[in-house]
Amino acid sequence: MYRYDQYDQAMVDARVEEFRDQARRRLEGKLTEDQFKPLRLMNGLYLQLHAYMLRVAIPYGTLDARQMEILADIADKYDRGYGHFTTRQNIQYNWIKLEDCADALADLATVEMHAIQTSGNCIRNISSDHFAGAAADEVVDPRPYAELMRQWSSFHPEFTYLPRKFKIAVIASEKDRAAMRLHDIGVRIVARDGEVGAQFYAGGGMGRTPMIAPLIRDFVPIDQFITYAEACLRVYNRYGRRDNKYKARIKILVHELGAAEYIRQVEEEFAHLLSVGVEPPREELARITAYFAPPAFVDGPKTVDRSDPDFALWVDRNTHRHKHDAYVSAVISLKPAGGIPGDATSEQMRVVARLAREYSFDELRVMHTQNLLLPHVRIADLHAVWTALDEAGLGAPNMDTIEDIIACPGLDYCSLANARSIPLAQRISERFAETGRTEVVGELKLKISGCINACGHHHAGHIGILGVDKKGTENYQISLGGSEAEDVSLAKITGPGFDEDGVIAAVEKVTDIYLATRADGERFLDTYRRIGMEPFKEALYG
Amino acid sequence: MKILTGNDLRSGAVTWWNGTGWSLFVDDAVDVGDEAEEILAREEAARRVNVPYAIEATIDAAGHVRPAHIKDRVRALGPTVRRDLGVPTANKTGWDWVI
Repeated sequence: MYRYDQYDQAMVDARVEEFRDQARRRLEGKLTEDQFKPLRLMNGLYLQLHAYMLRVAIPYGTLDARQMEILADIADKYDRGYGHFTTRQNIQYNWIKLEDCADALADLATVEMHAIQTSGNCIRNISSDHFAGAAADEVVDPRPYAELMRQWSSFHPEFTYLPRKFKIAVIASEKDRAAMRLHDIGVRIVARDGEVGAQFYAGGGMGRTPMIAPLIRDFVPIDQFITYAEACLRVYNRYGRRDNKYKARIKILVHELGAAEYIRQVEEEFAHLLSVGVEPPREELARITAYFAPPAFVDGPKTVDRSDPDFALWVDRNTHRHKHDAYVSAVISLKPAGGIPGDATSEQMRVVARLAREYSFDELRVMHTQNLLLPHVRIADLHAVWTALDEAGLGAPNMDTIEDIIACPGLDYCSLANARSIPLAQRISERFAETGRTEVVGELKLKISGCINACGHHHAGHIGILGVDKKGTENYQISLGGSEAEDVSLAKITGPGFDEDGVIAAVEKVTDIYLATRADGERFLDTYRRIGMEPFKEALYG
Repeated sequence: MKILTGNDLRSGAVTWWNGTGWSLFVDDAVDVGDEAEEILAREEAARRVNVPYAIEATIDAAGHVRPAHIKDRVRALGPTVRRDLGVPTANKTGWDWVI
């Protein structure tokens, strides 16, 4: 994985000391909250419902054991012994004190991490396929390109005050495991006639106005990749609305201009930028790529002993095909039945770090599904890995099932939320685990947001749940048919909402209809697309 | 009644105006009547509280202060899903009134 050079480290170290001084001045009263707020947000420090919250960037979700151990140490030293992994492959600490924050950032800097650009109207952490570098179906490892974008977008002077926040995902396979087309810019690295290039999508997103990003360029030569991204951002920065924050995302600009006109303007800017020459030298991409050289894989057994049914189920559910046939990628579920999606204790983080060091070439990933991943595990080592995970409460065999729920922090933590998300996730996962229906239902992606900002990706859920405030009480709308994958679609609302008990029952009714009507091999989403909304509405409201 | 709440500047902890200072316990909150703006301005300027605001609340039959809005009721005790992390002695009356 990428290692900081002297410039990276110097920038991050300087930023820590700059923030230390800013925090000191705030505590001494030399800065008002209005003056300090944009400064703390630029360093990932929010003021949430109960306390300050620190969001730490994990570039494209990749980290090593040493970094995970520092994340665990920060949870113990400055927080309350746990962290929350997010849908953008970051980690959040919910109880950081302002007076401790600079020390936490300094600890992060010792392992080449920071919280810069995890808030504010700038280019946020670049996300990617969590199986990058391991997936059998990828054209190339997308992370060198994501890293190049990270470097380009870090402290970019022109894009520090965009109309609104800006999220980019980079993948390199036909399968989309990063919700790529639901980002402000989605990039798919492709190969054409032996040449590597980039497909660009722009103007996607969730939030209050969900949109799927249209394709805006089918192939950008890789040595013009950053130049094209710069052109996309320039047009947005110039014409994106600043008068209304609810219409300020690039998706609104692309929608209002029309994709064709946005493309025309981007191409014009692109031609201009090519003449200026803003592309990093090829040597820089080569330098970065060298950090992502594949580990030294060795041959070994290609099958496991399936005599233990619990282990066999976990292998079936939580492992993913690897490019080397003696390895798999192993998903570490942060979704025990009844648990809080995405939360991990410091001790669990240390267990995961140890397993990464012993069994996965010192590599870890954070998945946008709020799980963790050991990307390169020898099949021969799988039983040992599973045993250790299970002992640590990390062995739930539920990847992509109805228990593998994405849920935002909701009203339990978030100052923007209208309703709680986590209790629904807990009750639904518990209910399906208890009744044994999880396995029967199979792949079903359920996503819960506590407000219209859609941090829980409810628009992209096979079943989505949106919490709203109905005359001071929590109310939950159900939507069906969303997907963040290569078959991307936006979920549609079924009808009036439900209270907490009602929405749990409604999810069960929806799955009943699916089980009663599915054809052989159909996932929930397939059945929904075949039979449409009406049977589900009839069951819910008839 | 109208009560005042905010966050402690140093720790970020949720606090409630008790008439002379800022308490961690919602039950200590006092009715500020029409003095809210004056107290808020004075206390924030003195950095004794961060981003304070006034909210509506009631007092139940047992004398407990109950913020009117669900968001402030959650703030009063802590995350409903991590009751072990809630304000230690503020939940003597249980959690049932929060939601």
